[in-house]
Amino acid sequence: MSVDVIMPQMGESIAEGTIVKWLKNVGDRVERDEPLFEISTDKVDAEIPSPSAGTLLEVLVTAGTTVEINTVVGRIGAAGEARDSAAKPAPAPAAPEQLAARPAASAPATAPASKSAPVPPAMTDTAAAVGERTIVRSSPVVQKIAAEKGVDVALVEGTGEGGRVTKKDILTYIESASRSSIASAPAPAPAAAPAYSAPAAATVTPAPAGSAPRPQVFAAGQDEVREPMSIMRKKIAEHMVMSKHTSPHVYTIFEVDMSEVMKRKDAMKREFEAEGVKLTFLPFFIEACIRGIKEYPIVNSSVDGDTIVYKRNVNVGIAVAIENGLIVPVIKGADQMNMLGLARTAANLAERARTKRLLPDDVQGGTFTITNVGVFGGLVGLPIINQPQAAILGIGTIVKRAVVIDDAIAIRPIVYLSLSYDHRIIDGAAAAHFLTVVKRELEKPAD
Amino acid sequence: MNTGARTLCRAIDLGRMEYDDAFALQKREVERLQRNEGDDVLFFVEHPHVITVGRNADGTALVADRRLVEARGARVVATDRGGDVTYHGPGQLVGYPILRLETSRHDIRRYVYDLEEVIITSLADFGLFAGRHPVHRGVWVNNRKIASLGIRISRWVTCHGFALNVSTDLSYFSLMNPCGISGCVMTSLETELAAPVAMAAVRDRVIARFGDVFEREMREEAIAHVH
Repeated sequence: MSVDVIMPQMGESIAEGTIVKWLKNVGDRVERDEPLFEISTDKVDAEIPSPSAGTLLEVLVTAGTTVEINTVVGRIGAAGEARDSAAKPAPAPAAPEQLAARPAASAPATAPASKSAPVPPAMTDTAAAVGERTIVRSSPVVQKIAAEKGVDVALVEGTGEGGRVTKKDILTYIESASRSSIASAPAPAPAAAPAYSAPAAATVTPAPAGSAPRPQVFAAGQDEVREPMSIMRKKIAEHMVMSKHTSPHVYTIFEVDMSEVMKRKDAMKREFEAEGVKLTFLPFFIEACIRGIKEYPIVNSSVDGDTIVYKRNVNVGIAVAIENGLIVPVIKGADQMNMLGLARTAANLAERARTKRLLPDDVQGGTFTITNVGVFGGLVGLPIINQPQAAILGIGTIVKRAVVIDDAIAIRPIVYLSLSYDHRIIDGAAAAHFLTVVKRELEKPAD
Repeated sequence: MNTGARTLCRAIDLGRMEYDDAFALQKREVERLQRNEGDDVLFFVEHPHVITVGRNADGTALVADRRLVEARGARVVATDRGGDVTYHGPGQLVGYPILRLETSRHDIRRYVYDLEEVIITSLADFGLFAGRHPVHRGVWVNNRKIASLGIRISRWVTCHGFALNVSTDLSYFSLMNPCGISGCVMTSLETELAAPVAMAAVRDRVIARFGDVFEREMREEAIAHVH
């Protein structure tokens, strides 16, 4: 005879509770009044004691799930007692991820707490077993990470108590998984990247996994999945809205012939390799922008109330796509660097951005930003200004096109450069002048 | 009011104490009360700079900021209370009520409400009109947050509690989104009153108001009785 474990009512006005953690695994012995699971409501976490002594036979509601009070969340009985829930109509709502088919490791767990979305009783024994296996052995933090990275916790070897998957375990797993995927992936996955820029560290190296598509899994009968934003996501969202509110954005697009840059790049490649630095297009763009800024310093300024603040140093931010977000490390004093210095610094910052080893100082003090909207194939992007800067350059993908030169048709590598700028202080003419310099620098004949 | 029938609650000021040490003390008291031994206790403490991350926090959130935090002499500690991330430091009155809630008080929302009430009425004693926020918990002065809550209850014994900014260096809160509320402006009693306030005076008011709200007979004790 088994005993139902229910979601208790922890107060008069409380209609539901979120299970944050089961303190016992299925099959564990539990004493009456021994803490069995933990719930979370408002500002309070509470331990819920077991209603009776016995063996935890089943976990029907997994961690991360919110259910109404009096919902049966588990079952306790004598050890070896068969679970009888499969035969029952199974009233317990279950987490969506528990029901979703998990075809492969890449199938992500979905929203951790879809608010009490009651799921039809389609739960099969198999699904339940998967749910138990993955959920019981890990903490909410681990599950959250798993959900974000699209990792099946069941595949992670747990080193914690009772095989529990610790935060360290899952981070190690993700790190090694991403290392092997970088090694083997032929090309960056086409991205479901945010529309404002899909930024990545220009051509330094395409962002790995950055925003690899992960199919949203919906359980049967479920029309939407709600997923709380990560803190980084919230900060990005806030910044983008703030920037659009602050600066009236205007955009100007130039077409640039990259033939000469390609020649110069080929000529310099060896020299750079000897220095252990992979030469990409990025330093050429940075250098050209610096020339433009020297001639039109308004592009390297910011607004302070009614004052325009011109910056002596050119600190170029490079937008880098990282897991579920972006970060903009800054090449400080870029105007003092030669091509080798720019290439080396950019590569170093991009690498540290992806491996989460950036220092706070690395992302501060930018005066101008470059974002590569072309890394995922975009021809033109209209990025949002990185406040309090005045302008941001978007670099599209370089494509061979038929162009007319001296009334003849030629095939040339072409890139579209877009400048988004703050119309409070930069007018269309200044922007065009700046882009003209950038174009001139990029198209100047290789010697 | 029949004070004689009130449950006894010892009020103990731990002074300046590390977060972990104070937590160990709380844990000991929780276990004692779970065994139905002894009286309720209300600890007061001032922590050295520390950022605590509750169980409802985005576990990966603080990593990026950790160096910045450490550069300012603060530590980051994970904790098992409810609530998100917050800061504790000098000038902040932290209260940890370890209570065995009587059956009539077996309501976690009421417990939070009552703690807010203690702080609101204590602040009123200083002429500051604080209140509740329509959405978020804690105690607010207009849209500025002056006190935060984070609680854990096991078998109706309470742990963790509240943090009231008396003369806190509020710049530390800029290292995070306090309590996970973005754009949350923190304030302190001194900021609101634009005058210095003695920590001991606030503590005394809180002890008195705590007794009123929770119907406890408060007895102040020296720290020696804890050890």
